[in-house]
Amino acid sequence: MSTAIIAAPERRAADRHPLVLIAIWAALLTVPFWLPFLGGYTALAGRVLVFGLAAMGLNMLLGFTGVLSFGHAAYFGLGAYGAGLTLRYVVHSTPLAMLAGTLLGGLAGTLFGLLIVRRRGVYFAMCTIAFGQLWYYLAYSWNGFTGGFDGLRDFHREPIGIGPFTLDITQGGATFYYFLLAIFAIAVALMGLILRAPFGRTLVAIRENERRARFLGIPVEQHIWLSFSISCFFTALAGTLYALLNNFADPMTLHYSLSGYFVVMTVIGGMRTFWGPLLGAAVFVMLQDYISSMTVNWMSFIGVIFILVVLFFPRGLLGTRRRPAAG
Amino acid sequence: MAQVILFNVTNGLIIGAFYVLMALGLSLILNLSNVINFAHGNFLALGGYLAFALSPTLGYWGALLVSPLLVGLIGVAVERLMVRRIYNRDPVYSLLLTFGLAFVMQDAARYIWGPNGLPLGLPAVLAQPISADLFFITWYRIFMVTVVIVSVAGLFAFLRYTRIGLRIRAGTLDLETVATLGINVRHLRTFNFAVGCFLAGLSGVLAAGQIGLNPNMGDDLLVPSFIAIIVGGVGSLIGTLFGGLLIGMAAALTTVFYPAASEAVIYAILMAVLLIRPRGLIGEEGMLS
Repeated sequence: MSTAIIAAPERRAADRHPLVLIAIWAALLTVPFWLPFLGGYTALAGRVLVFGLAAMGLNMLLGFTGVLSFGHAAYFGLGAYGAGLTLRYVVHSTPLAMLAGTLLGGLAGTLFGLLIVRRRGVYFAMCTIAFGQLWYYLAYSWNGFTGGFDGLRDFHREPIGIGPFTLDITQGGATFYYFLLAIFAIAVALMGLILRAPFGRTLVAIRENERRARFLGIPVEQHIWLSFSISCFFTALAGTLYALLNNFADPMTLHYSLSGYFVVMTVIGGMRTFWGPLLGAAVFVMLQDYISSMTVNWMSFIGVIFILVVLFFPRGLLGTRRRPAAG
Repeated sequence: MAQVILFNVTNGLIIGAFYVLMALGLSLILNLSNVINFAHGNFLALGGYLAFALSPTLGYWGALLVSPLLVGLIGVAVERLMVRRIYNRDPVYSLLLTFGLAFVMQDAARYIWGPNGLPLGLPAVLAQPISADLFFITWYRIFMVTVVIVSVAGLFAFLRYTRIGLRIRAGTLDLETVATLGINVRHLRTFNFAVGCFLAGLSGVLAAGQIGLNPNMGDDLLVPSFIAIIVGGVGSLIGTLFGGLLIGMAAALTTVFYPAASEAVIYAILMAVLLIRPRGLIGEEGMLS
């Protein structure tokens, strides 16, 4: 049974060190206090959390199962639209909107996963891109319902009643940031549990040597399908948070460019590390915010970042540090 | 009604022809090098813009010939400088690389030629309709379809009857063995990438004459080309040919009856194929996994 265990020591060596964990959480918890001094604003930190969660969701598939989806924006966007449409048309409840969006994106991924689990490599990626774009066109052309090209407006996040208390998240700022952080923490804890469980170790075994995993009697297709589905649920949850963050859902949240951003965030941070995508999201969101405020040619800069990362920095921030321990 | 249907059938043929030309180039690169070229739509736009830049000096016909060749040469440079480095790495890197390249190329086109649409002037003879009854069919449409047919036939003949074509086909099946037989696989892949870019450039010049130029003119063709490849069957160029024609015609004919669903029908075909015949209409068993 050595297959399932090979990846364990290298992963622990990287970003599971207690001090690293404490540093990450301390930084996240104190963001509203120090970010303004660096010239940032709290909504930016919210965006890092949301994109970080989406990229971490993607990374369950990409980094831990070794399967490439280049269409995760579809599930992110479905989450955002699901939450937005619920708030606008059905019920003024933030938790129900999050539930609806997560279910919409997650179930769409689960169903689509069934069609493509037998594909591998670039072919799997090509199918995810093609299918992802379906939702983009749907949101784009179903004007009356989704707001079309201009996006879905006229909804906003509602205060949450917990027993006798009311959590007022309608304002931006620290309260909403901590709400996002709480959801993020719950999701990430769940993700950590899944990846540490035998199921998660099996995914790593499939990534390391699919044929051997198959010989060991592991139902590979079923595991890849489950991994894809769970990953879509996490990304869809991030999408619902994005709709709440902006009080807005636009078709670009469904476009494959965003899928590319998620992948590059994951790679910048380190594909095979747990926290890498969050770090990558922080770097990417800050860079994008900075560059797009400096120049109209931000696309070139983003594109160059993609190319440089691929050619010179393929292992990512956390990945490079891990390399010596991997051997 | 007959005219409406005829109009949309010709439209379908033309759209399908563009899908075919795009998808064949993508498919060539995918089959031999296992790389999805995200920037393929931008090579298309580049072809159109180069024709725009060249036509004042070379005239339309000169630009039509030279521009795709230049795009092919740029393809050689891109392959040598960047794409080549990621052949043996995880597929995620090739996607990210060409995706970044697509961003840079699109922004460069916007920077050089501006964000607004530009027209590509056509020779007067091509701009005429073929008759008063069929006023919607210009000679240019016939010309486009003819060029596509000739180049597709040329491509297949090239792959079938020349030594390099044979090597490309063999490399698609088993690149390692081809390399073992003493064939320079690096050059083969570079050349193959250039042929793919040439086809994109050619479709760019043709498309520019019909819809004009804009920096993201290739974007709308990219995903349908992926779908054409999947529907036709990955690994089969004939499959890609049929896949492209099928979805082009299906989209155009749907426009006659229910315009809003013309995009959706492409995805319906994709899902039906994935569900019923996962290897694609003409794909070979095992190519997909």
